Amino acid sequence: MLGLYLHRESVIHRLPAGVKLGGLLLVTMVVLALPGAWGALAAGFIGAAALVTARLPAGRVLAELRTPVVMLTLLFGFQSLLAGGGWEETAVAIARFAALILLATLVTLTTRVMDMVDLFEWLFGLLRPVGVNPAKMALMLALTIRFIPLLGDQVREVRMAQRARGVERNIAALFVPLLVKILTMADDLTAALEARGYDPADSGTKETGTKNSTQR
Amino acid sequence: MLSTRDLVLCALFAALLGGLGMAPPIPLGFLPVPITAQTLGVMLAGTILGARRGGIAALLFVLLVAAGLPLLAGGRGGIGALMGPTGGFVLAWPVAAFITGWLAERFATTANPIRLFAVSVLGGILVVYAGGIPWLWLVAGLPIDKAVFGSLAFVPGDLIKAGIAAVAASGVRRAGILPIHA
Amino acid sequence: MIELRSVTHAYGDRPVLHDLSLRLAERRIAILGGNGSGKSTLARLLNGLIVPTSGTVAVDSLDTRTDGRAVRQRVGFVFQNPDTQIVYPTVEEDLAFGLKARKLPKDEIARRVAGALERYGLDRYRHQPAHQMSGGEKQLLAIAGVLVLDPAYVIFDEPTTLLDLRNRRKVIELLRGLPQTVIVVTHDLDMVKDFDRALVLEDGRIVADGPPAETVPAYIERLG
Repeated sequence: MLGLYLHRESVIHRLPAGVKLGGLLLVTMVVLALPGAWGALAAGFIGAAALVTARLPAGRVLAELRTPVVMLTLLFGFQSLLAGGGWEETAVAIARFAALILLATLVTLTTRVMDMVDLFEWLFGLLRPVGVNPAKMALMLALTIRFIPLLGDQVREVRMAQRARGVERNIAALFVPLLVKILTMADDLTAALEARGYDPADSGTKETGTKNSTQR
Repeated sequence: MLSTRDLVLCALFAALLGGLGMAPPIPLGFLPVPITAQTLGVMLAGTILGARRGGIAALLFVLLVAAGLPLLAGGRGGIGALMGPTGGFVLAWPVAAFITGWLAERFATTANPIRLFAVSVLGGILVVYAGGIPWLWLVAGLPIDKAVFGSLAFVPGDLIKAGIAAVAASGVRRAGILPIHA
Repeated sequence: MIELRSVTHAYGDRPVLHDLSLRLAERRIAILGGNGSGKSTLARLLNGLIVPTSGTVAVDSLDTRTDGRAVRQRVGFVFQNPDTQIVYPTVEEDLAFGLKARKLPKDEIARRVAGALERYGLDRYRHQPAHQMSGGEKQLLAIAGVLVLDPAYVIFDEPTTLLDLRNRRKVIELLRGLPQTVIVVTHDLDMVKDFDRALVLEDGRIVADGPPAETVPAYIERLG
């Protein structure tokens, strides 16, 4: 599953996921701390620079921004109409927010899903003292990615059955077989994992084996 | 400690949330907004898996959205989608599934659909709105009364989902496949 | 050799197997039986996925009850439905799963995965998501995921039931060439013709045991 990642040969694509995510956090905090227009300007500038450096198609990136910007415009427009506030203020607020979403979108478009998952696994390692098991989290994330397409098919089947019967009123009755199927799948999958030697008791209780690099 | 079966159940319900996002929204004639079934999945994760596993399932889903999988309705995803004005509604899902499950473990341990409905409404609607509305207010600067008012349009759809979740969870309980404390 | 000594198994108060004693030492063994005969339960007992309610199952003198992990290293298990056996998103990662669970060194994992990709003709799917493969390819991957672990015994639980004719033949061909001891639970009578031994199970008891030439006709008769 490729997700939203767009492959290009660029410095930004090659940066470790952790650096990109950390940078995003830092910039977001700075932008929110700076007074209105300056923050928006700074974030917009960084965003534009990153967009060019990452050699991403601007159209595709802006398409990702359309929904939130339209939503923001509606929200803020509504608000300034009611409150009678100045339009400049509204424009600045929208711009600042759009710039931040642009930066976040750039991180997503330049980072592979599995690199991000590896980064999460590493971050979960930091939570080990409070009882989080990074190896188990990583296995669950991989299992989820593996089974999303399968369950997508199952959900589509339910919708098809629903349409075939021509009624929308008994949707609940269609979900029961789906859930029962998921629970039987869980039994099979558990047996398959254990048959291949998986033992939850020895997954990362003390080993430091979680790869702490974010590249693969 | 999570058993192998727990890990598998969490992953399968997280995948169900993803699968529900891939299906086209359900149009209901009398409602202006088509409902997406994903919060239905949040309610089911809570009522069927219980607090801990349900919460983990929804957390896995949110993490994969953040990692860049286009799993939200309409094929949206990535950190940007979570940061957007409506991001709070999605970020609240792990807590919502956990609380739905916590309530279900205490007040809805049988196949009684009315109790399951109540639990789904409290955990799957109230908690989600409690996360989403302040986010609209803080992040998008929408006055809180407007945020509450605007969100009300989605309540009828969410109530229907809670009803579907309750009847479906009740059906699974009656089939006796997975007692909640298993 | 896998040995069962007075094995009885029940799910709750529902008995499935009654006092079975068996020594499985032949290279190709089939377990035949109708639905609910207890054959899948028997298969799962053989690698310690479940332990018997009473009696013992021993693999090369290792008790499945006490040495579960060592037994599972020795005995591989292939299930009927490949969809629930493939656990990682891509082919290469999935092949590595069991090796990682065994905590083998990284370079050995890479070497064995590469070997399996080539041997089972999965090389061109290496980075492909498993869900894009056909049913037959998925079953091949599921089998490869077990064989890459190099088990001494391989148990197949109805490996051809969900396959079309061409893929069924492919799996049978693959099975025939395996150097391991192979135990197959199946309805597929064609497949077991040249096996060394076939057991027929009915209501949790063995009703026929011997070369397929003798037991398969007996099985067909009982079905009739």
